[in-house]
This record gives sequence, C-alpha cells and structure tokens, in this order.
Amino acid sequence: MYVAVKGGEAAIDNAHRLLAEARRGDPAVPDLTVAQIREQMRLLVDRVMTEGSLYDPDLAALALKQARGDVVEAVFLVRAYRTTLPRFGATEPVDTGAMTLSRRISATFKDLPGGQVLGPTFDYTHRLVDFSLGDGTLPAPAAEAEPAADAAACPRVTDLLGQAGLLEPSPEDLGAPVGDLTREPVDYPADRALRLQALARGDEGFILALGYSTQRGYGRTHPFVGEIRVGAVELDITPEELGFPVGLGAVDMTECQMINQFHGNGPVPPQFTRGYGLVFGQGERKAMAMALVDRSLRAAELGEAVVVPAQDQEFVLAHCDSLQATGFVEHMKLPHYVDFQAELDLVRRLRAEHAARAAEPEEPILREAAE
Amino acid sequence: MNAQATNPDITVSAGSGYNFAYLDEGTKRMIRRAILKAIAIPGYQVPFAAREMPMPYGWGTGGVQVTAAILGASDVLKVIDQGADDTTNAVSIRRFFTATAGIATTTRTAEASVIQTRHRIPEAPLSEGQVLVYQVPIPEPLRFLEPRETETRQLHALAEYGLMHVKLYEDIARHGHIATTYAYPVEVAGRYVMDPSPTPKFDNPKMDDCPALQLFGAGREKRIYAIPPYTRVRSLDFEDHPFRVQSFERPCALCGARAIYLDEVVLDDAGGRMFVCSDTDHCETRRADGHTGEAA
Repeated sequence: MYVAVKGGEAAIDNAHRLLAEARRGDPAVPDLTVAQIREQMRLLVDRVMTEGSLYDPDLAALALKQARGDVVEAVFLVRAYRTTLPRFGATEPVDTGAMTLSRRISATFKDLPGGQVLGPTFDYTHRLVDFSLGDGTLPAPAAEAEPAADAAACPRVTDLLGQAGLLEPSPEDLGAPVGDLTREPVDYPADRALRLQALARGDEGFILALGYSTQRGYGRTHPFVGEIRVGAVELDITPEELGFPVGLGAVDMTECQMINQFHGNGPVPPQFTRGYGLVFGQGERKAMAMALVDRSLRAAELGEAVVVPAQDQEFVLAHCDSLQATGFVEHMKLPHYVDFQAELDLVRRLRAEHAARAAEPEEPILREAAE
Repeated sequence: MNAQATNPDITVSAGSGYNFAYLDEGTKRMIRRAILKAIAIPGYQVPFAAREMPMPYGWGTGGVQVTAAILGASDVLKVIDQGADDTTNAVSIRRFFTATAGIATTTRTAEASVIQTRHRIPEAPLSEGQVLVYQVPIPEPLRFLEPRETETRQLHALAEYGLMHVKLYEDIARHGHIATTYAYPVEVAGRYVMDPSPTPKFDNPKMDDCPALQLFGAGREKRIYAIPPYTRVRSLDFEDHPFRVQSFERPCALCGARAIYLDEVVLDDAGGRMFVCSDTDHCETRRADGHTGEAA
C-alpha cells in the first residue's frame, strides 16, 4: 500500500556518501594527488580552466578530482566558485605578439620570421598505444632549443599580412569597456567581444562540431590557419590609484588566427578577413574551432547571408554553454509527474473520444451522381 | 547606501563563508531592481544578470536567486516540487537556504512567508504578505512558436499574439480540445501574454486576483517576471471553447479531498492505481483534521 513518501533527506545524504566512496575507488589504490592531475592531465586542466573562465590550474585539478574526471561537472565546480569571487578590475589586453612561445606554427607560409616551432604536440605522432607508459619509466630528456631572440623576431603572421593591407585590420581598441556576459544578460545582437567570450567558455565538442560544419559546406568561409601560437603571456593591470600598468604574472594561452575568404567592394580593396580563437593553456582544437565559428558569426557584419547554424548568433550563443545545456537536459530527471498527469489525462480523454467515434456507424459517403 | 547598516534582516551567515542567503548584496540589489521592474510591468519578462549558482541550470537557479534576493532573517520558507515538500530537489533547495541563510523553514503553506515552487501552486489559498516564487525553465510563452528572442521581444512589444491563438485554434481543429495541459498561456493585467511555468492548467485560476505576490525566476534564460497581488490573470481561450481545468473522477485516496490536483500512483503491474493529493501539506492537514479517504 502506498503511503506518502518521507525520508528524501536521508536518501540524499546516503547518495552523497556513496558518491564519495565511488569517487575514491578501490582504497588499495593510492589516492590521486591534485598535483598529479595538474601536471599529468594538463590538457584536461586547461580545458576546465577555459570553459570555467578561471585561470587556476590547482583549482581546476581539484575540481577534476572532485568530479571524478567528468569535464562538465569540473567546469561547473569552477564556475560556481568563480561566480562568488569579487571583481577587482580588468587587465590590459594581453599582447600575444610578445608571447613567450612554446609552440608556433603557420599553415599559410612555409617559413617566416621566428620560424615554425613545433613544441609539444600530438601532431605527427602515430597513435599507437605506448604500453611502456604503464611501468613508470621517465621519458628521455627533450632537446633544448636555442633561447629565443627578442619577441620582435617572432611577429604574428596577421601583423605581417596586415602591414601590406592584405588582411583586414584588427578592430581598433577604442578603450570602451568590454561587456561581461557573466554580469549582464546577453542582448541580441551581441557584439563580437561578447560572442568571443561565449565561444571561449563554450563547450569544446559543440564549438568543434559547429566549426566542422562550416568546413563541410554549411556556411563555408575558406579558412587558412594563419598562425597558432602557444605560450605564456604577461598580464598587466592599471590600478586607478597608480595610473600605470603593473604586472600580475603570466598565464599560458593558445591563440589561433584564421585567415578567411576575401572581401572588398566599392572603396574597400579586396582583403582577407579574420576569425579569432583564444583559450587558456594549450587547446589548439578549441582555439581553431572557435576561430572558425567566430568568422562564421561575422556573416551579418560582412554582408553575407545568415542561413546556417554556425552563422546564427542566437543559435550558437544560446546553446554553446555546456553548463546551461547539461543543466537543462539533465533536469529532465527531476520529477515531472504533475505535468505528466495532465498529459495522461488528456490522452485518455482523446482516446475515449476516438473509441466512441470508432464505435459509431460510419455515415454513408455521398457520391457524385456522375460516378 | 549601506543596506547592511540599515536593515537588521541582513546578516552574514555565521560560519558558511558566504553572505546571507549565498548571494552578495550587490547581486541581490541587481535582482531586486529587476523584481521591482517586473512588478511595475506585470507579465513582462525583465532581463537580469543571472549568476552561476551552485546548483545546475534547469534545477531552479532562477527561483533560488529570486528567493535569495527577497529573503530576510525573519522569513519562513517553504519549498515544494510537484506540490510536495519531500521531493528530492525541494529538499535540496530548502537545505541550501537553511545552510546559507539559517532561516526557519516549514511545510505548512499557511505558515510560510516565502514559498518557492516548481510545477504547482498550493491548494490552500494564499494570503496577503506571502510571496510565491516560481522556478521557470522557459519564460517565453512564444518560444516554441518562434525560437528567436529578437522576434519574440518584438511580438510582445506589439502585443501581437496571433501566433498563440492560431496554435490553440489548431489544437481544437486537430484534437477537438486545446491540447495544452500545462504551461498554459495566460494574459496578465490585460496586456502581456505570460508563461505560468509548467504548472498544470488546473492551477491557472489560482493566479487570478491572488492576494499574494507571484514572482517568476528563470536563471538559465536570465529573466524575471511578476504578477502583483490582486492582478487579473486570464487563461487564453475562445468563446466557443472556454478555458477548463482538469477534473478527477475520484477523491484523494488518503484524505478524501475533491476538486484538487491528484497524483496517480502505480500500485502493481496489473493496472492497480490510486490517486492521492499532489499537495502533500494539503493532504496532511486534512488528515490531521480527521478526513480520511478510501485507502486510509
């Protein structure tokens, strides 16, 4: 016999204790340290920092441990922590041209000032499982590079092309305050800075698929990888009371500059257009996909028809956030029995009416005399 | 203006490391402004800068933010989901406020000053001074007819609700009934068409001329809207197809109540069913008063 259920609180507590036990796994296996995750799962940590919009490798590593390795759950933990942090101010725009590079490649020029720097990359590895990784042997030491000359020796490819006027210039910094989509609701149409914020925070899988769709004909943009650069950039902030910038430290970032199909009509000579991607840590897949989608979302601004999903900013911005998506998808497991009862009632009524109609003798079909 | 100095209701909750009711006072002020605007324009969806909350989107983040912004230390909070105080998410949200605000909670509708709800309006009539806070998944009543926010905002601005009437008409043409059973659209104060949140249409009449303030929070969609006390709320219908609520053939099996909303409980795999009050407080109160149903 049914009795009104009580005891939800005890059930929740017990579920959470079971979760803690499951998180730990077999206690005979040593506990994973946060430092191990931070050092050896670095790309995962980078992704959590990027989508979590918070540069803190230790916090991201801890979140991954708490989330049992679930990326979206880890992003959630980081975001929920971030939202409580006070805002002291905004840094100066980072100068990626002055980046201390660990990797820098261009697909548009065979060689260029500063050269191609492969750095630590999976590219060109054969994806054969390395069974020796299981026995804990240290890798052979990597070759040392010559210390890089000054940053000016490694200019951004887009700056080289820009000098010749072949590439549209980067939008001028008017010093206007940049919007913050975590502090203001998005008002459509959103400007490019807000769109880039949303894309940077957006789910890597979703942005990747959208970028891919533009390559397969759903809003083709003829992209070339002008440059991908990975490395450390200095952060400066100008405190009001000082009036001059002071250094805060360095963060690792990946920047992708896509060079896209040319435009130009009337007074503007033909020139290539840009798509831009920037993420924390090393995240080339995300930065490239972001640059593809950024360029696609500029369709309206560049006078192109907005017809495919990757060009439609309401579609992209409203659906790229993994927390919003997972929250709303997963909320379907919350009880809905009140609404389902309402639907059940209607379907039963409609079925009863249907059955009543079926039971009635069919009216004779009137035929045309000529038939 | 220092709200903390002038308002004895606002205290930093001891030991939690968070401000009273979790949100910082600046955020609460921003939300209260949105609420005031929403009250001033009944049924209009006010954009607000919803924060990322420590519970998932879609699980009541909008309602939680509205509740957090209006709670004072002397408030008594009731949280229900599907009409019940003991559903898991209701338990979770009630605990959140117990932990972050240290306020008193209750399951009794009459004793609560703030009631946060998902999918139901309590059966007991609400009174002046009470606030009903709804959790809203999709605040835009026109969303499934027009997916674009830029378009729907224009439609509201022009009070152009033909799409909705056509949808309801098509239901009648196809099924012989308006086939919307929950989240049934309402017109508020003769102006804005509003989504009542996914409450069954059974609850719609309770929104009309209600003495309590009704606030709606949609966190993921970053919208707040409101129905001030004693406001006309009309469910959309046609002269020849007037709005009707669900009715149940049987009374509650536990307390014998009629003309209330019931949950259907599956008893076995041979078609056995029983119907009990969806509003657990209503059912318990009636049973305490000596009412019994056939199964009690």
